[in-house]
Amino acid sequence: MIAVLKRLWNHGIATIPKEELLQLGDGVHGESSEVRSIEQQLPLAIKKVFGRSLHIRQVDSGSCNGCEFEITALMNPVYDIQRFGIDFVASPRHADMLLVTGGVTRNLEEALRKTYEAMASPKMLVAVGACACGEGILGPNYANFGGVDKLFPVAVYVPGCPPRPQAILEGILRAIERAHEIK
Amino acid sequence: MKTTVVKSSRHELANACLNVLHQQGRFITMVASDEGERGLDRFVVRYLFAIEGKTEIVLVESVIPQDDPTYASVSSWLPATSWAEREAFDLFGLRALGHPDLRPLVLHEHWPEGVYPLRKEYAMTQTQPRDESRSWTYPQVEGEGVFEVPVGPIHAGVIEPGHFRFQVMGDSVLHVEAKLFYTHRGIEKSSEGMDLTQGLELAERICGVCSVSHALSYVQAIESIAHTEVPRRAKFLRVLLAEMERLYNHVGDIGNMCAGIGYAYGINHGARLKEQLMQMQDRIVGHRFLRGAIALGGVANDISEEKFTIINTTMQQVQQELTEIVEQILSHDIVIQRFAKTGVLSEEVARELSAVGPAARASHYDLDVRKDLPYAAYDELQFAVPIFEEGDVLARFKQRYLEAQQSFQLIEQVIEQIPQGDICVPLGELPLYSYGIGITESARGENVHFVMIGEGQTIYRYHVRSASYANWPAVAFAIPGNIIPDFPLINKSFELCYACCDR
Repeated sequence: MIAVLKRLWNHGIATIPKEELLQLGDGVHGESSEVRSIEQQLPLAIKKVFGRSLHIRQVDSGSCNGCEFEITALMNPVYDIQRFGIDFVASPRHADMLLVTGGVTRNLEEALRKTYEAMASPKMLVAVGACACGEGILGPNYANFGGVDKLFPVAVYVPGCPPRPQAILEGILRAIERAHEIK
Repeated sequence: MKTTVVKSSRHELANACLNVLHQQGRFITMVASDEGERGLDRFVVRYLFAIEGKTEIVLVESVIPQDDPTYASVSSWLPATSWAEREAFDLFGLRALGHPDLRPLVLHEHWPEGVYPLRKEYAMTQTQPRDESRSWTYPQVEGEGVFEVPVGPIHAGVIEPGHFRFQVMGDSVLHVEAKLFYTHRGIEKSSEGMDLTQGLELAERICGVCSVSHALSYVQAIESIAHTEVPRRAKFLRVLLAEMERLYNHVGDIGNMCAGIGYAYGINHGARLKEQLMQMQDRIVGHRFLRGAIALGGVANDISEEKFTIINTTMQQVQQELTEIVEQILSHDIVIQRFAKTGVLSEEVARELSAVGPAARASHYDLDVRKDLPYAAYDELQFAVPIFEEGDVLARFKQRYLEAQQSFQLIEQVIEQIPQGDICVPLGELPLYSYGIGITESARGENVHFVMIGEGQTIYRYHVRSASYANWPAVAFAIPGNIIPDFPLINKSFELCYACCDR
């Protein structure tokens, strides 16, 4: 126990401060000043649209696992998106947003459809990664639809292979901003 | 790496394969292909074996005619071939006669019977209507007090899809059947006709977290066809990239295994250190998963001295912290109680099913292609391959930790010894319908790629056998006798990927 506390004391806090979170990409990610202002709006936007918190159900519809790793990274101590009131839930019935990775395989079509149908309206779907956006290296074939929007309407596309955690976070915010347009 | 081809009649395959096994052969994979376009009648199956103690690959090859697409199954004698033979039936319609369990594997029950998508006449974008009349069969255990528990394909967390059917008595698992291949994306079909550079991009995307390993296997397969000698500096850089990838995976897995028992200290420190490594990778090659770093004939970009300093500093920091954290984790009584004697994979099963990687080594199966079939600059570097006897979760945990320590040392050696020089050379000639095999060791075990060249320097046939593909059948043997709540832990201790298994 003492060793654990000592480690905490020596190491300090790993979490990136809110103001710096979206500047990590070194300009790769767009204008940092603009991004920062969006970032500051995030908890406000969630509060305005959803009351207090945003619950997300993530579904892998046939990705390479890269996008899953980056979404999981959002929950690590460095990005810690739970501090903005965002959390991932197990049941689609509890979810405000569906985060889909992968270009929808034939073997997962039914599972994705059931998940989508189980969600309460408005069904807000965010496509994460090149495959889900329909621009991945793998086009449509016997086993793969090649994009989530071939089956369901998509609110926001987050490109990248895989997108950085910051980009996914920004995509989530853009979707919240568009929440009023989705029925 | 020497390649020897043994031709066999399709009825005598089992004998031919057993002969190789008796010469210390280790089954790697079986590749089926449709080679009608080069004038053969018409399909070819190739069983690949590595020979223990030699840097040699033996292929047992047999041609199968179009009129009677059957061959004698090998899987009754060599259970490790079972999945490959089932897959060849799904995708090519090659029936393995005498196979004890020829249920569908890759194409699920909604795929119509008698349609084989990897045959050449099947058009790339052709789709099939869903066949709702068939159902998927699971072996069932019967008796008083036996229950069936279905789990998945969509799981509670942010993880990949797979369905598990448990037969349980109370909390104890009697049998588990995994239905996988949900993320089957048809990668092998899509690769056909791609040019070789595009193929490399595809190879990097077979698995999110083994990009370097898959890319290396792919380029090595092609370089072996072209007899291209990669420059020495590039070989060292390849080792550096491969070890950086193995390292961030091992560090992440150490944290992940703690997630299997809800031990927050281990989860968070593991995730933090992994993030630190990935941010460093972003700075070094411009991609958090090291994509785009490997090139045909070498590596894409050189790494400057300045960047080596960044790597060195980060490595020292992460190594020190990892050592302290693992010490802390292993001094926790509850961790030991949950890890020890849980999910035991016996050496016998590991060998029978040709398991690979850290999971096999933790069950006292001593194999590592970095030593056995050395590639890049591994034969010029000093490292030991750790090995454990117990085969339980604790052994796999320690295995990962010790392998991470080896990776730190290898990275240090590369930075000390790397020579100056070119980093990439053009490829040699690639004859039509020639094929090559590339094998590399990822954090999960060996990734095996088979590439055959087609018209105009494109891919004619591409087969990928990932480490996860080899190890999934072994997981099912480590579960029975354990309780259901230990399943996530055991599963995480193998840390298998679904994407590169399903392709």
